[in-house]
Amino acid sequence: MRLALSGLTKSFGAHRVIDGITADFGELRTLALIGPSGGGKSTLLRIIAGLETADAGHVLLDGERVECTREHRSRLGVVFQAFNLFPHLNALDNLLLPLVRVHGLAEAEARALALATLDRFRLADHAHKRPAELSGGQKQRVAIARAIAIKPRVLLFDEPTSALDPEMTAEVLDVIEELKSEARDFVLVTHEMGFARHVADRIAFLAEGRIVEHGSPEQIFTAAASAQCRDFLARVLRH
Amino acid sequence: MKAGVAGAALLIGFIVYAALWRLTTQAGWESVAGYWRLFWGGWLGTLWLASKALVTSTLIGLLLAFGRRAAWVPLRALCTVHVELVRGTPLLTQILILYYGVFHLAGLESRTLASLLILSNFAGAYLSEIIRGGIESVGASQLESARAIGLTTAQTYRFVIYPQALRHTLPALAGQFASLIKDSSLLSIIGVEELTQNAQQVASFSFSTLESYVPLALGYLVLTLPISLWSRWLEKRAHFQT
Repeated sequence: MRLALSGLTKSFGAHRVIDGITADFGELRTLALIGPSGGGKSTLLRIIAGLETADAGHVLLDGERVECTREHRSRLGVVFQAFNLFPHLNALDNLLLPLVRVHGLAEAEARALALATLDRFRLADHAHKRPAELSGGQKQRVAIARAIAIKPRVLLFDEPTSALDPEMTAEVLDVIEELKSEARDFVLVTHEMGFARHVADRIAFLAEGRIVEHGSPEQIFTAAASAQCRDFLARVLRH
Repeated sequence: MKAGVAGAALLIGFIVYAALWRLTTQAGWESVAGYWRLFWGGWLGTLWLASKALVTSTLIGLLLAFGRRAAWVPLRALCTVHVELVRGTPLLTQILILYYGVFHLAGLESRTLASLLILSNFAGAYLSEIIRGGIESVGASQLESARAIGLTTAQTYRFVIYPQALRHTLPALAGQFASLIKDSSLLSIIGVEELTQNAQQVASFSFSTLESYVPLALGYLVLTLPISLWSRWLEKRAHFQT
C-alpha cells in the first residue's frame, strides 16, 4: 500500500486528538503506530478505517482519498481491541454476515470461503460456537478471520492484543505474523514493542496528536531522533 | 423445576378452590352455567380485540420508539410528550376522553374500532419504551463493528440490533402483552362486547357474582398463559451470553 497523511486534524470537543499530521510513508507493507496512550494512535487508525471523519486534511491510500463512506469501510478489514464479534452469532455466522450481506456472495460460496478461512486459523472445531464459548485468543482469531475473509485491500489492527493474557497474545501475534509472510498489507496500533520492531516495515511514533517521527524499526529503536521517542521507549522497555 | 411449578399450581389451586367452595353455591353455579353462550361470545370478543391490538400496538410502539430516537426535534418532542401522557394517566380516563371526546368529534362511532385504537395506543406507549430500551441496550462497540464491516443502517437494525434487543426485552414484552389482554376488560365501560362486559351481565342476571367472575378469570388465563409460555420458549431459543 501507499499511505500519505496531509494536514490531518481531529478534535473531540475542546480536545485536539490529532493535531496537524502530515507524513508520507511511501510504498510499504506494514506500518506500526506506537506511542503513549491518548497520543492519537487509535483515532488516526479510525480515520484511515473510515470510521471517523477528520476535521481537516485527508488520508491518501494508494493515491485515493479516504472518505468516511460505507463503500470505503467495506473494503477494509478492521480488528478491534475488544474483538467486537456479534455475540448472538456463532463464529461461522460472524464471518458469513459481511460476506453475504455486504459483499453479495451466494450462501454456498460464502460458507465454503468462511469455513476455509476458519480452518486456516485452526478454528474449524469452533465454527459453531458463539463468542461467549471461545477464549480471548480464539475470539480475536475469529475477528481476524472475519476481517480477512472479505479479501480486504488493507487490514487495520487497533491494539489487537491489549485485552489478552501473554499466552493468547502470542497466539494472536503468530497469526498476524503469518499474514505478514503472505504479503498482506496492514496498519497496526500496538503496545507490543518487540513485535512492532519485528513485524513492521515502518514505525511511526505518535504523541500529543502528532507524528513525532517515523522510520525503519532499526532507526526508531536504536537511534530515535527525538528525545520524546527515546524517553518513551526507555520507559516501556525498562522491564 | 417442572415438578415445582406443578406443585405450586396445585397448592394455590387448592386454596382458591377451598375458598370458593365455602363462598359459592350449587344453585349459583347452575344458574351461571345457563349463560355459557354469553361467556363464549365475550371471550371471542376479547380474543378478537386482543389479537388485533397485539399487532397494532406493536406497530404504534415501533413508530413511537423510532420517533423518540429521531434526529428531528419536533417529532422527538411530540412522541415523548405523547408517551408520557399516555403512560401517566389511567386507561379509564383515556377511554372516556378519546371515545366520548376525540372520536365523537372525528365522527368515529364504531365501538370496536374505537376500542382497538384506544387499547393499541395505550399499550403502544408502554411497548415503545421497552423497544427503545432494547435498542439502546445494544452496545456502541456492536454498532461500530457493524459499521466497520460495511452494513447499512437497515441491515444493522435487522442483523445486529433486532436479535440482541429482542433477547433483552422478551420478558418485558411478554408482560406487556399479557397486560394488554387484561386491560381490554376496561373497555366494558363503553359497552364493547368482550368478556368482562358479558360476565358482568351474567352476574346481574343470575345474582351469582362470584360464580360469574371465576369463568372470567379462567377466560383471561387461557389467553395470557400461552404468551408467557411462548416467550419462555423464545428466550430459551435466543439464549446467548454476552
